[in-house]
Amino acid sequence: MTSLTLVRRIKARPSTVFDALTTPEGIASWWGPDGGPVLVAETDPQVGGRFRVRFRMLDGSEHESSGEYLELVKPERLSMSWRWTGGAEDPGESLVEIRLRAVADGTELTFTHSRLHDEESRRSHQEGWTGALDKLQRHFLVIERSSP
Amino acid sequence: MVNYNKRLDRTFAALVDPTRRALLARLEREDGASISALAQPFVIKLPAVMKHLDVLDNAGLITRSKVGRTVTIRLRPEPMREAMDWLRRYERFWSKSLDRLAAYAETKEAEARKKRR
Repeated sequence: MTSLTLVRRIKARPSTVFDALTTPEGIASWWGPDGGPVLVAETDPQVGGRFRVRFRMLDGSEHESSGEYLELVKPERLSMSWRWTGGAEDPGESLVEIRLRAVADGTELTFTHSRLHDEESRRSHQEGWTGALDKLQRHFLVIERSSP
Repeated sequence: MVNYNKRLDRTFAALVDPTRRALLARLEREDGASISALAQPFVIKLPAVMKHLDVLDNAGLITRSKVGRTVTIRLRPEPMREAMDWLRRYERFWSKSLDRLAAYAETKEAEARKKRR
């Protein structure tokens, strides 16, 4: 399964982080790959509720993604389906899962974005191929798996 | 963009199969191998290996060159690189976003502490 996992340690309580993840005000202040503005942030944080976020990048391009909340256990876990509107970047639906764990100085956040571009693999295999990719990627460039 | 996505589909679909990944891993170690040499370590029969090679060929992940009667298969890493770049875009998106999320949550936490005092 094509997936991406990132871990962050945050000096704030899990409930504060959870609110930052699920409120429009929170999302508007962090969502996006560069310093460009969030134009729309709508959330309905309950199972079956939807979110929609539109942002503008510094290069002027606008992107929107939306999905459905699949699981919400405040302040521990959150998962949602994910799709780019218009589907130019990636036409498929993927899965975002966030786990928040209370640690001594705040929260450890584990973020996983999975089912990326692998309709095929979901149909045919449970086995992941990221291991093989990991092995092959030294042939190419190395993903910087950033965690502080 | 449509072609790009089709190419990615083909790359990821080709990579999903363990036999094909093993073939690619082998080709990564060796600079070119004959079909029979590639098929040798597998339990599956030569025609099955040929089918896997066709899938890899269609995805542009290998090249074939023929000298006399020997076909040499080589790894063609470009589609893999494209797939990695595609994944890396997601990585950049989330990595930057989560950095700002952390900063935002820490500011909120500090504000809440001040209020409580």
